[in-house]
Amino acid sequence: MSFPHFAALFRPSQFFGIRGGVHPETRKHLSSESPIEDMPIPTLLRVPLQQHIGAEAEPLVRRDDLVVKGQLIGRARGPVSANIHAPTSGRVIAVGHFAAPHPSGLPIPTITIRTDGQDSWGPRLGRLRPENATPEEIAAKVAEAGIVGMGGATFPSAVKLNLRAKYDLHTLVINGAECEPYLTCDDRLMRERAEEIADGVGIMARALGVAQIVVAIESNKAEAISAMQRFDRALDIPLRVQVVPTQYPMGSEKHLVKILTGRETPARALTADLGVVVHNAATAHAVHLAVRYGEPLLSRVVTVSGRAVRRPANVRVLIGTPVSEVIAHCDGYAEEPDRLLLGGPMMGQPIQNPRVPVVKGTSGILALTRAETPGLDTMPCIRCGRCAQACPVGLTPFELNARIQSEDLEGAGRIGLLDCITCGCCSFTCPSNIPLVQTIHYAKGKLAEAEGRRHQQEETKRLAAARKAREEAAAEAKRQMMAKRKAEMEARKQREAAAPPPPPPAQAMAQPGGAAQ
Amino acid sequence: MTAPLIISGPHTHTLFTVSRTMLTVSAALAPATLFGLWMFGWPAIFLFLVTVASAWLFEVACLRVAGKPVARFAGDGSAILTGWLVAMTLPPYAPWWLGGTGSAIAIVIAKHLFGGLGQNLFNPAMVARAMLLIALPVHMTTWVAPVGLPEGPGFLDGLAITFAGSQEFDAVSSASTLSHIKSQIGAGATMSEIAPDLAGLEARLIGLVPGSLGETSTILLLLGGIALMALRIVTPVIPLSVLGTLAGLSALASTLAPDRFAPPLLHLTSGSTMLCAFFIATDYVTSPVTAMGKFVYGVAIGALVFVIRTWGSFPEGVAFAVLLMNACTPLIETYVRPRVFGRTRTGKPLPVKARAPRGGKR
Ligand code: SF4
Ligand code: SF4
Repeated sequence: MSFPHFAALFRPSQFFGIRGGVHPETRKHLSSESPIEDMPIPTLLRVPLQQHIGAEAEPLVRRDDLVVKGQLIGRARGPVSANIHAPTSGRVIAVGHFAAPHPSGLPIPTITIRTDGQDSWGPRLGRLRPENATPEEIAAKVAEAGIVGMGGATFPSAVKLNLRAKYDLHTLVINGAECEPYLTCDDRLMRERAEEIADGVGIMARALGVAQIVVAIESNKAEAISAMQRFDRALDIPLRVQVVPTQYPMGSEKHLVKILTGRETPARALTADLGVVVHNAATAHAVHLAVRYGEPLLSRVVTVSGRAVRRPANVRVLIGTPVSEVIAHCDGYAEEPDRLLLGGPMMGQPIQNPRVPVVKGTSGILALTRAETPGLDTMPCIRCGRCAQACPVGLTPFELNARIQSEDLEGAGRIGLLDCITCGCCSFTCPSNIPLVQTIHYAKGKLAEAEGRRHQQEETKRLAAARKAREEAAAEAKRQMMAKRKAEMEARKQREAAAPPPPPPAQAMAQPGGAAQ
Repeated sequence: MTAPLIISGPHTHTLFTVSRTMLTVSAALAPATLFGLWMFGWPAIFLFLVTVASAWLFEVACLRVAGKPVARFAGDGSAILTGWLVAMTLPPYAPWWLGGTGSAIAIVIAKHLFGGLGQNLFNPAMVARAMLLIALPVHMTTWVAPVGLPEGPGFLDGLAITFAGSQEFDAVSSASTLSHIKSQIGAGATMSEIAPDLAGLEARLIGLVPGSLGETSTILLLLGGIALMALRIVTPVIPLSVLGTLAGLSALASTLAPDRFAPPLLHLTSGSTMLCAFFIATDYVTSPVTAMGKFVYGVAIGALVFVIRTWGSFPEGVAFAVLLMNACTPLIETYVRPRVFGRTRTGKPLPVKARAPRGGKR
C-alpha cells in the first residue's frame, strides 16, 4: 500500500483550481432549494437496452409478458455491459426500437412497458452484509443491480470496483463536485441522503480495498459539505470531505484527482495507475440501495431546470420515463425553449424529440431560453488565446480548429486532438463564438471511423483466415475420413472375400456422422 | 445540409464577444487620447477623425470587395480600433492625407491583403507607422509643443493646418525627447550635458512633452493598460516582459556607461513605450497565444526596442521591434507549446510510476 503523494498534504486545494477552466454562471439557485420529489409513475416507460458504455444488454422479455418491479429484463452481455431491470410493474407492449436520448435521435433497441400503477415488487436481489462480504461479492452485487456511473459517464460501476485485481489502490474519491451549471441533483442527494451515501461510499471502499475516502465537493455547496462532514468514517474506513474550488471542469476525473493528490494521471492511463478510483456520489447511493436492500437501479434523481421550465425541481424519476412527462410534471414550459438538453449546459446533449426516455446517465433535463444560449453567429478567430488559456488540458483549440477545418486530422492529432476531454471550456470562452468543440467532436468521430474501418478490415481478414483454417481443417478431416473409409472398405472387401457375414448397417451409418465432428 | 445545426455543447457562453473586446480596448485608450487631443488642439482632433473615419471606410470597401458580410464585420469595431492606433502614432500637426495613407496601409495592405480579421501576420498600425516613417521621415518626425486647446490654433487655423498643409500658424516646433538624445549623443555630448535640456520626469509622466498624438501621457496609458489587465482583456505577460526587459537593459547600460546611455526611467516614459507595451504588443492577432510564447515575445520586443533606440537610425524604433517579433510569432508558436495534461513537455505520456505490483497490463 502506498501513501498519498506528499504534495497533497500541503496543497491548499480550496484555493488553487485547475489550470485553465472557466467560471460559467452556475444558475444553480433555480433548483437548488427544491427538495427531491418523487414523480408519479407514468403510463409508459421506454427502457433502452443500452444505457451504458459497452455492449448492449440482451432482452429477456417478449411482447405481452407481464413484468414486476425489479425484474431483470435485459441481461448484461460481455464483460463491459450492464443489467437492465423493469422500473415498475406492468406489461411489455413492445420490444423494438425507439429514438435514443442522444442528439442523433436514432432508434435503439428499447423495451416499452405499459405500467399498471400497482408498482408491485418482484423478488429483490439477495442482500449482503457488506461488513462481512468479500470485495468480489460486493462487486458482483453491484453488477447484478445494473449500476453504472451516474455522473453521466455511465461506465459500468462493477468493472471499476474490480480494478483492485490489477492496480494497487489506496484512495476512493467520491465526485460530488457537480461542476456543470444548473445541475443540483447530486447536491440535493448529498444534503438529503448523506447517511445513505456515506454507507454506499463505505461499501465501495471495501470492495476496492482502499485505506481512505475523499469526498470532493465544490465550495458553492455549503449545505452538502456540512451534511457529508458529519461522517468521518464509512464502514470503518476514514472519510474526509475536501472542499474544492468552484470551477468548471472540476468534476473531470483526472483533474479532480490532480487537485486532490497533486498528481497528474499520465495520458492514456487511468487514475487507478495512481492508486485512485473516482466514483460519483449518486452512484454511491445506488450501491447502498443495491447492497443493503437488494434494489436494482430503477430510478434516479434528475434536475429539471432552465428558465423555460415553469417550476425547476429535482425529481426522482423512473428510468424510461419520457422527458416530456418529466417536464409536464414540473408544470410545463413557461416559454418556448430554444434548446432542450439532457445533462448540463457545458457537455449535455441537445435532443430533438421530447419523448425520448430518461436513462441511468441523465443528470439533468434543461430547457433553455434563447437568452440563455449563445447565438449562432460566428466571427473569424482573432487569436485572442482565451481558448488556450481556458483549456484544462493545455491544448491550443484554435490551432486544432484550423487544422481540422483544413482536413489535416493527422496534424490535429499531433497537437493533442485525442487528449481533448471535450469539456467545452474553449467554445464557452471564445469571443468569436467559434464552435470549437463541435469541430473537435467531428474530428474525433472521423478518426474513430477511420480506426473502426481499419479495425473492421483487420477483423474481416482475421475472420477470413479463421474460416480458411476451419475449411482446411474440415477438408483435412474429410480426407482422412475418406482414407480411413477406403481402408476399411478394403479391409471389409478382403474379409468379405474370406468370410461372407455382412456388417451391421447401423455402424456404417453412424460412421460418417462421427467423423465429421 | 438539413441536419440540426447544434450538435454539441456548450450551450451557454461567456459574455465576451469580439466587439465587446474592441470596445473595452477603445475605452482604455480613451483617456490618453482625449488628453492628447486636448493638448494638441484642433489639428490633432481633425487628424484623428480623418484617420479613424478613413480606416472604417477602407474596411467597408475591402469587405465589399472580398464579399464578406459587411454589416457583421464592419460593426465589430476592429477597424476603428486600428485607425485609432494609427492616429495615436502620428505627429499631431500632420496633414490629413498622412492619416488617410496610414489607414489605407493598415487596413488594405496589412489587414485585408493578408486575409482579413485574424489572418494578418503583422500589426496593421505598426505596418502603417513603419512605412510612413521610412517613406516620409520628415512629415513623421515634425513635432510641436503641446500648448493646450485654448492656446493652440483655432478651429479654422486647425482646419487649414490639417487640410491645407498651412504652415502659417507659428507652432513651436521641437524635437521629441528620444530624437533629441539621439542627435545630441551622436554629436558627442554626454547624458549629463543633455539632461538639463530634457523635459522633467513629471512632464513626461503627465504628457507635457512634444510627441505623437496619443503617446505622450505615460500615466494615462499606464492606467488604461492596468484597466485592460484588470478586465482580463490582456494578460500581464507581454506588458511586464516588454517593460521589464527594456528597464533592465537600460539600467544595466546606464550603470556601466552613464554618459552614453539614457537611464531606464527615460526609456519607460518617452516615445511609444507605454502604448506599445499595453496596446500594440498585446494585439491578439499578431502575438503568440500561450503564456510562455508571450513571455519570449515580450522579452524580445523589449530588447529590440532598446537596441534600435540606442544604435539604430530611428529613435522611434518601437514599430520595427514589434514588426520583427510579429514575423517571429509563428516560429515561437511552433516551438513554445504548453504542456499537455498527463504528458511531458515533449508530448510523451508521463511515466506510470504506481503500476501495480500485482501485475496485469490493461
Ligand atoms: S478563443 Fe476563439 S478567437 Fe480566441 S484564439 Fe481561441 S478560437 Fe480564436
Ligand atoms: S474541449 Fe478540449 S480543447 Fe476545448 S477546452 Fe476542453 S479539453 Fe481543451
